Amino acid sequence: MNNIALGQYYPAKSVMHRLDPRIKVIGAIAYIVAAFLCRNVTAFAFLLLSCFVLILISRIPLRIVLKSVRALVFIMLFTAVLNVFWVTDATVEPLFAWRFIRIYERGIYQAVFILVRIVAMVIGTSLFLTYTTSPIALTDAIERLLKPLAKFHVPIHTFAMMLTIALRFIPTIVEETDKIMAAQKARGADFTTGSLTKRAKALIPVIVPLFASAFRRADELATAMECRCYHGGEGRTKLRVLRLGGRDVVALLLMGFFIAAIVLLNVFGSRYAWLFTM
Amino acid sequence: MDQTMPFIHVEDLSYAYVGEDEKPIPVLDHISLDIREGEYVAILGHNGSGKSTFAKMLNLVVEDYTYAEGKIYIDGMDIMSPDMTDDDVLNLRRAVGMVFQNPDNQLVATIVEEDVAFGPENIGIPHPELRERVDRALAAVGMTEYAHHEPHRLSGGQKQRVAIAGIIAMMPRCMIFDESTAMLDPVGRREVVETMEQLNREQGITVLSITHYMDEAARADRVIVLSDGKVVLDGKPEEVFSRGDILHRVGLELPQCTAVSQYLKARGIPLDGVLNMPEQCADAIARAWKNGQN
Repeated sequence: MNNIALGQYYPAKSVMHRLDPRIKVIGAIAYIVAAFLCRNVTAFAFLLLSCFVLILISRIPLRIVLKSVRALVFIMLFTAVLNVFWVTDATVEPLFAWRFIRIYERGIYQAVFILVRIVAMVIGTSLFLTYTTSPIALTDAIERLLKPLAKFHVPIHTFAMMLTIALRFIPTIVEETDKIMAAQKARGADFTTGSLTKRAKALIPVIVPLFASAFRRADELATAMECRCYHGGEGRTKLRVLRLGGRDVVALLLMGFFIAAIVLLNVFGSRYAWLFTM
Repeated sequence: MDQTMPFIHVEDLSYAYVGEDEKPIPVLDHISLDIREGEYVAILGHNGSGKSTFAKMLNLVVEDYTYAEGKIYIDGMDIMSPDMTDDDVLNLRRAVGMVFQNPDNQLVATIVEEDVAFGPENIGIPHPELRERVDRALAAVGMTEYAHHEPHRLSGGQKQRVAIAGIIAMMPRCMIFDESTAMLDPVGRREVVETMEQLNREQGITVLSITHYMDEAARADRVIVLSDGKVVLDGKPEEVFSRGDILHRVGLELPQCTAVSQYLKARGIPLDGVLNMPEQCADAIARAWKNGQN
């Protein structure tokens, strides 16, 4: 429970951990774009290969990376199976036909492609954003990347502040939940037996005091922040300075090359280029 | 500005909360007092004596000013004046910092040094001064080695020291501790009280400690006792603690060692010196014991 605020951040000393968080946000977006650009077998194979390269660079154990994939296994299989049955191709004979079910070669390819695409996107974004970037660095990066929007009166600073405070209070609130549950158990509450509705009802005496105390905390925190001269993002300086280094520039260039490579493979790669042109 | 005016000058201050039926509930009742720069003052009072409200008034963080009357001058600035601009309020809060009771509810950031930087960031301190202030503040409370820790993994006393560092980094001239030791264990309390004393003695920061712990008040230069929104006693700790009758009436107990030494004196054992702190009291009893044996 103690690590909950860190999410899935996996501390290690890799090049990827040391990259500027802004570059990593851009990297995650670039990777998603690349995954959607893929059009043929060669391009998808290259995408899958890049996944393994990223895992190696980030020095995150494969077992941990696969955890994030496992969470989405159901959705991935569902989409894949749906595609197998859904895709039709009037120009060729189906591979398999029984009553109204027709399975075409193209459908199988498409299902595999979608599977690879989702796996690559999940692994890519979680490597860039969650495993190698701490939540606070991520908040910082998002605030700085979105800063231009502040000119259009989008409350970027407020949003980032809310995120920071939420991250700061998650462990506090979790700890408090444990305490309240223990207190209610001592009074004879039972959270583990009975039907689902019964167990849900048993949680009400936990949730009510939790909310009451959260509001009280919010009130006290607001006062404390006022006393520390908080008056919004205007004229604020920052302790943490983000500076782009040589490795960040290299990373940006590599991302550019990567997308270019996918585009080239789409054009010059193997057949089935037609698959996604419908 | 009037050069002779003390750092904090409170004149006939009254305050009342707005009750449920819109009726005022009085909290502070015509308080007048002065606090000079560099003083270490403890404000004592039982629950509901108005001591916390008084502290909050000095930093303009009470919720409603409908029933606020009287005057407060801080460093010559009339802070209750309707002419106070937002910048004036910020300047006031730079000069007078506040540390609250619950350390969990004052820390904003997920990393210790970033939390300490929060105040100076807000007032726009540029680099590299910002970095220096944060490092100096952490050193002042002895938390340098925890700069990169997460606050929720620290002990209560450590969290409270981080909160204090967050105020020190704004370089205030006065710090108000609003029952900052009430939620801490004995070890944490000692850490925080020692930090307060150091700030006062070594950096010359005016310290106002709002508390209901008598032994903490005993360490101050001056003790002010509030009851029902009025000042009932104001003086050096030994003067205040010699008035056990009044303290008892307003619901306060003497510090243990004061009570012990008064009991012994009343029974004809000659103790001398100021006897409000355990060490002094023990020394005096040891001396009296030795003299008695000779």
